[in-house]
Amino acid sequence: MITILETAPLNTIQDQGRPGYRNLGVGSSGVMDSLALEIGNILLGNAPEAACIELQTYPFVIRFDTPTSFAITGIEATLTLDDRPVLTWSVETAAPGQVLRVGIPKTGARAYICVEGGIDVPVVLGSRSTQLRGGFGGMDGRFLEAGDELATKPASASLSGYGAVPPARVLENQSGDGKTVLLRAVPGADYARFTPESRERFWDQGWRITPQSNRVGYRLSGTPLTLLERIELRSYGIIPGIVQVPPAGEPIVQLADANTAGGYPRIATVIEADLWRLSQARIGTSIRFVECSHKTGIAAQQPIDSYLDDLRLMVAHYRASCQSRNGTNSRGTA
Amino acid sequence: MMGTRAILFEAPGAFTMEQQQRIWALIEHAEKRPDIQELVPGVTNLLLIFTHAPEDPEQITDWLHNAWESLPPRQITGRLFEVNVRYGGSLGEDLAAVSAHTGLPPEEVIRLHHEGEYTVCAVGSAPGFGYLHGLNPRIATPRKSVPSLNMPAGTVTIGGMQAGISALTGPNGWNSIGYTDICLFDPYRSSPSLFALGDRIRFCPESIEL
Repeated sequence: MITILETAPLNTIQDQGRPGYRNLGVGSSGVMDSLALEIGNILLGNAPEAACIELQTYPFVIRFDTPTSFAITGIEATLTLDDRPVLTWSVETAAPGQVLRVGIPKTGARAYICVEGGIDVPVVLGSRSTQLRGGFGGMDGRFLEAGDELATKPASASLSGYGAVPPARVLENQSGDGKTVLLRAVPGADYARFTPESRERFWDQGWRITPQSNRVGYRLSGTPLTLLERIELRSYGIIPGIVQVPPAGEPIVQLADANTAGGYPRIATVIEADLWRLSQARIGTSIRFVECSHKTGIAAQQPIDSYLDDLRLMVAHYRASCQSRNGTNSRGTA
Repeated sequence: MMGTRAILFEAPGAFTMEQQQRIWALIEHAEKRPDIQELVPGVTNLLLIFTHAPEDPEQITDWLHNAWESLPPRQITGRLFEVNVRYGGSLGEDLAAVSAHTGLPPEEVIRLHHEGEYTVCAVGSAPGFGYLHGLNPRIATPRKSVPSLNMPAGTVTIGGMQAGISALTGPNGWNSIGYTDICLFDPYRSSPSLFALGDRIRFCPESIEL
């Protein structure tokens, strides 16, 4: 079990999301950075659907009440277990009573506290993710609060000392100046309805992530885009990554907690393989959209898949050797 | 394409029940495909989300066009709901704006609203929210330029040619004309959404406050 000692608002329980209920108006929810959770779950030998704590505000302090193996992914930050520094993207095992403190990130925006076996909250409509608007899933459908107790599985073995290379260091980083986050996007259904200058500006201009950006979507600021003529669209289903342009002309990228339907003109959609970069981009960061074809968009998944395959292999070897050294098998019995 | 893994099919022409029934027919047809993760009907459109990014989207768009041309409209005889409405008052505060926009007295707006029979075209946006077809065009009123910040769940609304009942408390750009206390969504019910495609709604005035 984990007890939350200190938290600010906006931190929730999430998993890889709740597909299958958009036709009832229920959006996917789930972690913003699905790659970071996947890495955490691989490191801990978890099922892909295991749930974690997603942090958006810091510091965050928890106490482990039972022996627990954990890994913090998504960010680079100062972590301490009692007074001992521990590494991000690495597996550690905490003893009962030990206190983990996650400090303000040096890089990245969203941290994932992954634990062996996952955070055990009830499954609602097929997922443990928090559906904030609907008020269900996760911890009673709300943000975590100090004093909350979360059920976890006791550690099967005292694992530690191995981790993953953060994906941002391995996967091709396209940004030229190192500051602008580049996001590949496929032109959307209403792309041709924007003026030629606006179409050009959409790709060429750096867009700043405004403070009105959250799990629902990122609102961007820059020179507004204009349509050739005003259009009134009927409500249509949307997915995370879609870039819509409201009447004021500054785009919104819809994300994990977005409504399932929208009505604004669609200029483009960020490819799935780049959404994790966007979810780790902080408020104030400049982003640029890079035009990409359907084929390139599919191919972009390949380096991520190889990275994850390598990690699975490494983790399997490491855990096997660790367990034979400790004389334990995966169930923790001698 | 919407990104690499989804395709939005949009029907040409006006927002009619027949076009919507053809969308419903397309849903039934697309459900048979093994590569579908989710089918999300909208207002005369259908979003298809695939389990994997299709290698050849053109093949799917051809398949969609063929299906659209060949399938007959799908009739769904849904259930009939009679929804009691408290018209006007503070929970229907945009009644005056609808009256001003349409040039009809508020009593007439209410009469035209509750005389109609509505059909649930699609459920979406928020959990359990039904997009309703059947609004009398005489009381169609564009969405508000400044949305209400905290409209309660259960508010009876008009948004352009669409009618609805807000499913969650929160910001809302549609015009409120009344209030009902039915619960549109409960994740713990065996069918979480009260409304399903094809259900019919009648609004019955419980009280009128002008």
